[in-house]
Amino acid sequence: MKKAPILKGYTLFYLLFLYGPILLLPIFAFNDSKVVAFPLKGLTLNWFAEMAADQNLRTAAKNSLIIAFSVASISTILGIFAARASVRYRFPGKAPIMAMIMLPLVLPEMIVAMALLVVLLSLGIQLSLFTVIVGQVLICTPFAVAILTSAFQSLDRSLEEASLDLGETAVSTFRLIVLPLVMPGIMASFLICFTISFDEFIIANFLGSGKPILSVYIFGQFRFPAKVPSMLALGTVLVLFSICLLGVAEYMRRRGIAKAGGNNSGGLQ
Amino acid sequence: MTPSDVVPMIEFKDVHKYYGDYHALRGINGTIRAGEFFSLLGPSGCGKTTLLRTIAGFEDISSGVIMIDGKDMASVAANTRPTNMVFQSYAIFPHMSVEENVGFGLRKDPRSKVEKAAAVAEALEMVGLKGFGKRAAHALSGGQRQRVALARALILKPKVLLLDEPLSALDKKMREHMQVELIKLQRQVGITFILVTHDQEEALVMSDRIAVMFDGEIAQLDDPETLYRRPVTKKVAEFIGTMNFIPATILSEAGDKVEIDAKGLGRVTLDIAQAPAPAGEEPVVGLRPETLTLLYDDQKAAERETDGVIDEVIYFGDMTYYDVYLGGTDVEVRLSMRNVPGRPVLDVGTRVRVAWSPSALVLFR
Repeated sequence: MKKAPILKGYTLFYLLFLYGPILLLPIFAFNDSKVVAFPLKGLTLNWFAEMAADQNLRTAAKNSLIIAFSVASISTILGIFAARASVRYRFPGKAPIMAMIMLPLVLPEMIVAMALLVVLLSLGIQLSLFTVIVGQVLICTPFAVAILTSAFQSLDRSLEEASLDLGETAVSTFRLIVLPLVMPGIMASFLICFTISFDEFIIANFLGSGKPILSVYIFGQFRFPAKVPSMLALGTVLVLFSICLLGVAEYMRRRGIAKAGGNNSGGLQ
Repeated sequence: MTPSDVVPMIEFKDVHKYYGDYHALRGINGTIRAGEFFSLLGPSGCGKTTLLRTIAGFEDISSGVIMIDGKDMASVAANTRPTNMVFQSYAIFPHMSVEENVGFGLRKDPRSKVEKAAAVAEALEMVGLKGFGKRAAHALSGGQRQRVALARALILKPKVLLLDEPLSALDKKMREHMQVELIKLQRQVGITFILVTHDQEEALVMSDRIAVMFDGEIAQLDDPETLYRRPVTKKVAEFIGTMNFIPATILSEAGDKVEIDAKGLGRVTLDIAQAPAPAGEEPVVGLRPETLTLLYDDQKAAERETDGVIDEVIYFGDMTYYDVYLGGTDVEVRLSMRNVPGRPVLDVGTRVRVAWSPSALVLFR
């Protein structure tokens, strides 16, 4: 490698700009002061205790977990169907259908949320956790399809034929051969969808009808300066939680590809 | 085999297969006999793998009939056909151990666990993998994977074992070793083996009979020796081994004799058996390099001889190939000589006499 001090400096600055603010979260979460500013005043766990004692926050966290679990499950199941179909079968209109499934990746979420709100209201459907789940499934499914497509692609087709050849039915082949080999991909998809849903704000805000949901609740609490330190404590917990989930998901995905004898392509390299 | 021994195992009756507009199999007819080692040989894209997959039931046929052991396979799904397959990629289940792989087909077998374990051990021993049962499938070498695939297919005692280019992923030494092992194994189990290969040498070495395929059709179905000595088209002759082609003129055809004038060889009378059905091409005679012999010193030709000049010498150690211009013409033939003692390797430009036999010629027209 040639020395390129300018590029190195640029890279360093870029990374600091991206992650520096997140590093401030834990610093002030442990700082013994209601004011979020330097100099630091001393170490405390008060903000974490205050966060844990907040009854509304607990309700919001519970709702968020319900939503995230449902969204991750539904998106992953839909993703399995779509990915399997797109990898294995040829059918008329495949390209446009797959494009439509992947479209929410690039659509502005705000527009999607507003459109869904208008439709739901005009249909007279009550806004609830369920409507949030429906909206977030739309956003998460493309991620699930992308992850699962790579899992299904690294599966050698002759493995399934071998199983049929040895007397198994299509259903038992799926259970005995396909499912175990793509399971790491399924876990990865589930965990990533879970994380996306858990952080999601726009749809939760538009379609949640004021129900306490964690992302919306945090946004609300930021209006009160006294609440900010405990929100930073919550943020610290969530960042750790997200990193853990993504780590597990990536580990699963790689193990799956290695198991099926494929090469790593895509995902977090 | 005498005709009374011949029991058909697989029969094809006008089998066609279309992929959309693409006509992959164009009217396959033929019989594969019970207990024979049969090869489907051809260049890639000739339909040999497609034909194998229609036997296994992985591909539907567009029209025609495939019978296995006297039963029409039209409505029989792949998982209930009396065939098992060794895949080109071996298709070893990566999440299972060697014994789980081999025993996979016994899941619905009513035998006890102990009996099944014994069957698995026996199958592993048969392919030379005794004691490998507990190994993880992904920890095996290419040759071992292939043996596992063989054991897994043979444990079900199929009527027909299908082998889809099973040796193509192995290196040359291993491939030659496995060729012999497969022949021995086939004799031992007595099951009909059907091998798909693009390697003509492999097909000649291993098979009782070979179907040579081009463009979705069987060009010739014969035993290896007939295929080699009496190819029915120039294309088959070119695909199998090396053959010299010499332009010829047909002088007369009467009864079972054809008289020709081959450039550089002169007038020759051929038996009609040496002249397969006309294909409307420019007439040429073909002859294999080993049917031509250089005459040393005062050696005499047993039948015919022709003068020539050596144009090229290719030395192979045990063999030498000579490219020779025949009888003062621009016709060049390749001939091969074993390098036995007392037979020096000759130089380019040497004037030689070449012995040949009219019965070794094949006329394509």
